[in-house]
Amino acid sequence: MTDRAMVDGVSPPRFSVPLELRAVAITLALGALGYTLFPDDLAFLTRLISITLLVLSLDLVTGYCGVATLGHAAIYGVSAYVVGNACLAGHSDPLLLLLVGAVAGAVMGLVSGVLVTRFKGLPQLVLSIAVGQLIAALANKLSSLTGGSDGLSGISPGRIFGVYAFDMYGRTGYVFSVAVLMVVFVVLLRIVHSPFGLLCQAIKDDSLRARMIGARVYPRLVLMYGVSGVVGGIGGALNAINTGVVGLDSIGFERSAEALVMLVLGGAGSLWGALIGSIVFQVFEHYVSAANPFHWMTMVGALLIAVVLFAPKGLVSLGGLLAGRTASVLRRRP
Amino acid sequence: MAWTGLSIGLDAFSYGMVLFIISIGLSIMMGLMRVVNLAHGAFAMIGGYLASFALKNAGVGYPLAIVLAVLGTIAIAFPLEFLLYRRIYRKSDELTQILLTIGIAFVIIGVANYILGPTTKSIPLPALLSGPVDLGFRMIPAHRIFVMICGVCTAGLLWLLIDRTEFGIRLRAAVDNGDMAESLGIKTQILFSATFALAVGLAAFGGVVGAELLPVEPFYALRYMVTFLVVVSVGGAGSIPGAVAASILLGLADTTGKYLAPEYGEFFFYLAVILVVFLFPNGLLGRRH
Repeated sequence: MTDRAMVDGVSPPRFSVPLELRAVAITLALGALGYTLFPDDLAFLTRLISITLLVLSLDLVTGYCGVATLGHAAIYGVSAYVVGNACLAGHSDPLLLLLVGAVAGAVMGLVSGVLVTRFKGLPQLVLSIAVGQLIAALANKLSSLTGGSDGLSGISPGRIFGVYAFDMYGRTGYVFSVAVLMVVFVVLLRIVHSPFGLLCQAIKDDSLRARMIGARVYPRLVLMYGVSGVVGGIGGALNAINTGVVGLDSIGFERSAEALVMLVLGGAGSLWGALIGSIVFQVFEHYVSAANPFHWMTMVGALLIAVVLFAPKGLVSLGGLLAGRTASVLRRRP
Repeated sequence: MAWTGLSIGLDAFSYGMVLFIISIGLSIMMGLMRVVNLAHGAFAMIGGYLASFALKNAGVGYPLAIVLAVLGTIAIAFPLEFLLYRRIYRKSDELTQILLTIGIAFVIIGVANYILGPTTKSIPLPALLSGPVDLGFRMIPAHRIFVMICGVCTAGLLWLLIDRTEFGIRLRAAVDNGDMAESLGIKTQILFSATFALAVGLAAFGGVVGAELLPVEPFYALRYMVTFLVVVSVGGAGSIPGAVAASILLGLADTTGKYLAPEYGEFFFYLAVILVVFLFPNGLLGRRH
């Protein structure tokens, strides 16, 4: 709801373009921009897109349902491992692998949703952490399926539509990832503005009131967790397909915490916020963390504190504020 | 077999006592101020760093190093309380608290390692504590016995403080009903600051005496961030007996798991957590807020 209101504030209604069309245009423009800025580092960009899907997935449960979770990477990691194993078993069609990832993510999402949304507050947070850590410990143990700490390697997907092979420069992978991101983003825009999505936001704002209206809170939240699992699963699948390797880092606590940081930096409760947050964070990280990991931690920490204190709704709210002011200034001129 | 059981029990108990000493501060903070403080482990880490520095570079004795570490950590943490923690007492939603405190933990990790270098900090033990002690059926490091004694004393003293003193009465009143306590003339802000200092001091104390079991290394705050939170949640926020029970239970789950199936890592620890949280969502001995 706030999302639509804000976007309408950005551009006057008379030029109103359907939200979905705008999303398509913006993702394509971002994709092209990325290609021109980092033509030699497409691997970085495909990784960025894969993580962006995880952040979008987290946004669905944290931003739209108010579930505080620090175990979301379990969904992403499990589906990456499932996709990796499917590919090693000989199913190498990338679209099929994407589907496999989505299904694995959905299953993981529903299971975590059943466990995590049962409670609120501290028990919920701790359950989400415990589920994530449990899965991570299992991934380490079941080394026949996951390769343990060496990681699962040698994943080589086939051609897309049987025509476009993955090249060593990552061009195919990049175009593929941008296309997937675009489709997912548009579908998610539809979902969060659907009656189901709006009901989830109502539950987030006041679950007691939602219950009084007649909403069945728990099943709705579990269902949204399932949708979130599909998105996170697609992210994990892209990771496996593009890099060819799945490591334990894709399932651990750090990945979950990092995704949450990106989400809040951009602005939880807005898909645009998830998109902006993950892009800004990762581009920043790309340059800074290579220099010194401890400086990077200090900076992320300081940034987090600053965001919580000064921009609790994230960068997207600052952007919206700025754009709104500019628009009103422009409108006042004759 | 019985000896193995007793052996596991001893290790579990000493590990549990370390968890208890560090987590109890967090538990009291969460019971009173309702702050999910993910930076709690970072304060234990600061304590460990300070003690290591005092012992190795300043050459003071072990008891004095503990005192210095505790006081130093409180001194370092106090500005953070004044500037940041006060904003999130009792009102903010969890997400805000998580992010702010993760941010604080990151900054502490980054700064501590910038100043003192990214290496594991050893805390040399005095001769009295470094040798083994023969218990008849096995040898046990003297240090573990010291840790157990520390844990039991901490629990006892805290119980005295909270159950038998004026401060404890005010604290319990504020936990039960903060607004009512405030209107009866209890200065809750001062109470919060004092509790924060107590919590941070206990974390630092636990960080120093527990350094043999939880080594003080650059990512200490991140590695055990979750463990301490889990202990509090399983025990029930604000409950001392709950924290004792949770520490021993989780210490047992972890130690038994590592004895009997070491390749599973922390699997059994978190399995126990999920089961307990499902059966007792407010913690073993906690109450609904």
